[in-house]
Amino acid sequence: MSASVDAISALKAKFPQITDRASRDCPAIDVPTSEIFAVLKALRDDAGFDLLSDVTAIDWAEGASPRFTAVYHLYSTTSHAAVRVAAPCAGDDAAPTVPSVVALWPGANWHEREAFDMFGIKFTGHPDLRRILMWDGYPYHPLRKDFPLAGIETVLPDAEVAEETKAKVIAAPMMGGPFVTSSGEINLTEAEPRAKDESWSERSEKPSA
Amino acid sequence: MATEVSFPDRAAKVADAEQEFAAEKMSLSMGPSHPSTHGVLRLQMELDGEVLTKCDPVIGYLHRGDEKIAENMTYNQFVPYTDRLDYLAPLANNMAYAIAVERLAGLEVPARCQAIRVLTAEMARVSAHLMGLGAFGLDVGAWSVLVHSLNQREHLYKLFEELTGARFTTSYTRIGGVTRDVPEGWLGRVIGFCDQFEPALEETLSLLTRNKIFLDRTVDVGVITKADAIAYGLTGPNLRGSGASLDLRKDKPYSGYEQYEFDVPVGSKGDCYDRYLCRGEEMRQSVRIIRQVIAKFPGGDWYAKDARKIFAPPKDKILTSMEELINNFMIVTEGPQMPAGEVYFEAENPKGALGFYIVSKGGGVPWRLKIRSPSFCNLSILPKVCAGTMISDVVTLLGSLDFVMGECDR
Repeated sequence: MSASVDAISALKAKFPQITDRASRDCPAIDVPTSEIFAVLKALRDDAGFDLLSDVTAIDWAEGASPRFTAVYHLYSTTSHAAVRVAAPCAGDDAAPTVPSVVALWPGANWHEREAFDMFGIKFTGHPDLRRILMWDGYPYHPLRKDFPLAGIETVLPDAEVAEETKAKVIAAPMMGGPFVTSSGEINLTEAEPRAKDESWSERSEKPSA
Repeated sequence: MATEVSFPDRAAKVADAEQEFAAEKMSLSMGPSHPSTHGVLRLQMELDGEVLTKCDPVIGYLHRGDEKIAENMTYNQFVPYTDRLDYLAPLANNMAYAIAVERLAGLEVPARCQAIRVLTAEMARVSAHLMGLGAFGLDVGAWSVLVHSLNQREHLYKLFEELTGARFTTSYTRIGGVTRDVPEGWLGRVIGFCDQFEPALEETLSLLTRNKIFLDRTVDVGVITKADAIAYGLTGPNLRGSGASLDLRKDKPYSGYEQYEFDVPVGSKGDCYDRYLCRGEEMRQSVRIIRQVIAKFPGGDWYAKDARKIFAPPKDKILTSMEELINNFMIVTEGPQMPAGEVYFEAENPKGALGFYIVSKGGGVPWRLKIRSPSFCNLSILPKVCAGTMISDVVTLLGSLDFVMGECDR
């Protein structure tokens, strides 16, 4: 791990705005959005963190500032050290932005598409920012905290099939715990405080969005 | 040539036809339900004759929202979901998830528990590689390899069933331990499996390793350079096949892997044949590890006894002691209590590095749980490798990448 610590102290001399990030394992840093590309480039070229393990994002829920944080996990194939780099996303809730790192690691392409798909984060400079897991044209970003676990009723991706079958993508009834089946007359929505998605079920009205 | 001179009209027609076809590219959609896409992968291809000019993998057909689900349930409840990531090696997934959460909790599990986990993870690796090998053989037309490997997997499934109660989705590992200790005589039966497996494996591999047809189909096909493999974040046998000697079991040992001797096979060219050889050798090394684990199988506890708010107490204690009953109730209703913080743990799974990134705000439910799946990263190199290859080689390439869509789409 000392390789990561050395790399980070060298990096701090170059980018004074970097701050330490709380972590329970590998060293981690917080980087301002404007410098994230330069910092990751420096980590790749100077410190030998050549393998991008993962790019993801965190939604800190509505009202938090910054609401979205992009997180990068880097790994060095030579020193076997790991480092976590986090950057808050700029922009408003509807369209948070962060610079793309596809130019540094082509493997970031799919990771960034996934983060865009799931959180709606715009990676500026990404060559092909499309949805990857959900279908093109899906209107929501499912991993945002304001998206209910049950899902939201949506039209089918194929207009022709939708027209023909009148089928829709419907929200799954939760019954008070997504993974608990109903038994008898007990209202599990009330009985199971653990279930996060208790705002509505088939027994209580869905609040108007 | 002579015919062209004597029939100038025909030569002109041929040239015209060639030009016509040269200008026209065919777009072909392969999958999502296609035997050689091993699940529900769809390849949107653009073909010039038999040569691919573009390949765009379309994934997400098996997306179940595992990460969203994880945010809405306790840490323990998520264990069965990890089975369904790489469903060919659920025991290895269980272990990766459990270690990630244990690192978050700052929990150390006893030596016996670590040994059980290593043992089951290596058995899962053999089982996953056998399936990968069989399916790869099938893709290039070698049917009998699949039959041999399924036969061996059946032996493994029987052992899994005896240990965990389930053949396929085992959910064996718990946070802070495992569900139960190994049954009496089970370790002997694992040794018995190894004894018959080693010659059987050699026999199975000998069907392919020097097989002329197999060599023609795989050597120099789908070459991934070491630089590309690293740039695209490939891990596991696919990365090692390209010549990078990276194995998390060696480089960042977890669960006591540092005690065991094993070699990390590395390819030289990065073609489909190298990836095949790596998997074959990894199975031999896994058997080597299994034998070492059993040879020095430690005694003692098989779960962390001090983890009172994390690992549910044994059933007989719950039914007889008030304190244990309350403890169990709290773990079941509130979930295992975790401190706030972030942790990222990667384990060397059969398909590559399976990572869990957990952001906790404290309590029994993760705030964010990201699954870094090796199959997802391994597939992201497809557009790069497929461009310029023949369509029949795509099938070989997919077989050699050995992905699982359950893990890719999550």
